[in-house]
Amino acid sequence: MLRDITIGQYFPGDSIIHRLDPRFKIVITVIYICMLFVGSSFWCLLVGAVFTFMAMLLSKIPLKMFWKSVKPILPFLIITALLNLFLVNTGEVLFQWKFLKITEGGVNISLFMLVRITLLIMGSSILTYTTSPITLTDAIERLLSPLKKLNFPVHELAMMMSIALRFIPTLIEETDKIMSAQKARGAEIDTGSFMTRTKNMVSILVPLFISSFRRADELATAMECRCYNGGEGRTRLRQLRSAPRDYTALGVTLVFLAAAIAVSIITKTR
Amino acid sequence: MAILETQGLTYTYSRGTPFEKTAVDHVDLKIEEGSLIGVMGHTGSGKSTLIQHFNGLLQPTSGKVILDGRDIWADKKKIRDVRFQVGLVFQYPEYQIFEETVYKDIAFGPKNMGLSEAEIKRRVLETANDIGLREELLERSPFELSGGQKRRVAIAGVMAMEPRVLILDEPTAGLDPAGRDKILSHIKTYHERTKNTVMIVSHSMEDIAGFADKILVMSHAKLFCFDDTEKVFSRAEEISEIGLDVPQITKVFLDLKRQGLDFGKDVYTVGYARDLLLKQLAARRGE
Repeated sequence: MLRDITIGQYFPGDSIIHRLDPRFKIVITVIYICMLFVGSSFWCLLVGAVFTFMAMLLSKIPLKMFWKSVKPILPFLIITALLNLFLVNTGEVLFQWKFLKITEGGVNISLFMLVRITLLIMGSSILTYTTSPITLTDAIERLLSPLKKLNFPVHELAMMMSIALRFIPTLIEETDKIMSAQKARGAEIDTGSFMTRTKNMVSILVPLFISSFRRADELATAMECRCYNGGEGRTRLRQLRSAPRDYTALGVTLVFLAAAIAVSIITKTR
Repeated sequence: MAILETQGLTYTYSRGTPFEKTAVDHVDLKIEEGSLIGVMGHTGSGKSTLIQHFNGLLQPTSGKVILDGRDIWADKKKIRDVRFQVGLVFQYPEYQIFEETVYKDIAFGPKNMGLSEAEIKRRVLETANDIGLREELLERSPFELSGGQKRRVAIAGVMAMEPRVLILDEPTAGLDPAGRDKILSHIKTYHERTKNTVMIVSHSMEDIAGFADKILVMSHAKLFCFDDTEKVFSRAEEISEIGLDVPQITKVFLDLKRQGLDFGKDVYTVGYARDLLLKQLAARRGE
């Protein structure tokens, strides 16, 4: 059950997208988001969609996985679409029943938002699917490093992020284990009434908290034993180096952004 | 009659993904009521996966688990009753403790069974006695206790449900020799009092050798053998080959055999070795 969560999941591979410099991948993702938000017509989204599918195919990750990334936010998507459908009242009225009114504008906007958010999720999951959490935080640290001049604790932030990411699978495994142990003692976790289930959550949360604190303590000791004292003067095991392909990828993305802007200007003036 | 039986039990992790792995492969078993069984196997041999099927925590990919003549998955709603009949103590069970007092933590399982206060009290006191927890400890917080004591509280928590089959996954892992012997002897006390079936998973042959009537060995997801303790140890060489350790005393006698001193018997406990040697010596003196 808990193993089905795909947020932040990394799929090891050797595609061209996997090999891109993570710093470039983050920048490209930011540009990609701009691309989706620059225009307000379906033609602009089409540019974004083409870009997304191209990247998805290049990443060689099964398309099923992208559907999995959208699935958890499906309820949110449906609610947004329904709200837009009924609350936007522009254009020709298509259907009316008592106070409910569906207009052409409403249909357009709700579909537009649906496609935009789906593309947004799918596109950004390419980043997390193809980049290991550790390289991702490395890249964030490098991208934020100018902030160091303002005394912003960039290294500490990145370290905390990588520790947090590193412990997600451990905690999931731990939760699974504790759940099994309590189920073996007859605790109702998947079954039973809402009240008994909530009460039984205590039997999982208390051990989980205790073990998290224990782990944090052990980790801190282990880091101190290896003389960790912050980012000052630390060198890296993996140096991030940009290659020609990174600039090519960035160039292609910028071309798509330009195309999206051009399309939005053309559709607006017409 | 067999209390627990498996027929063609197979379990595959992460089916349909690249991580697919068969952890238990067509295992057929019959476990007699009241027996004391040792389960052995190297890391990743599938023994932990196997025992999680016995109380319905895992549902077999194919095959059946039969408890007391009834398929446990025949009625999915009754799976919780199966868990009261087959108690499972996980590895490092002290990490599942959560209540404010030792008493409450041991009472968690029996309470879930819906027993009366008086019955719960009887069970908590009896199991605490079996496992060697003094009565004044019962009102203490379990988090103040020593590691070995915590382990015993957690084991008592499952014992107090008085399951017809009690399964313990490496109950002695990470304990010092004194703590290990203590836990094993307490488990024996429980077995003698309740006459319920007990299964112990362990890496250490030493633990199991002088303890179990029967031994079940898993290797590479398959059942390697399931037989009386003596018969299993008579295959000591094969067992070493699949990466398991045989008791030291068995190794000594195997070496003696290789050097031409064959006692004609398989030795797996120190006590038995002593008796055997004394008898042989007496016989030689008599000659």
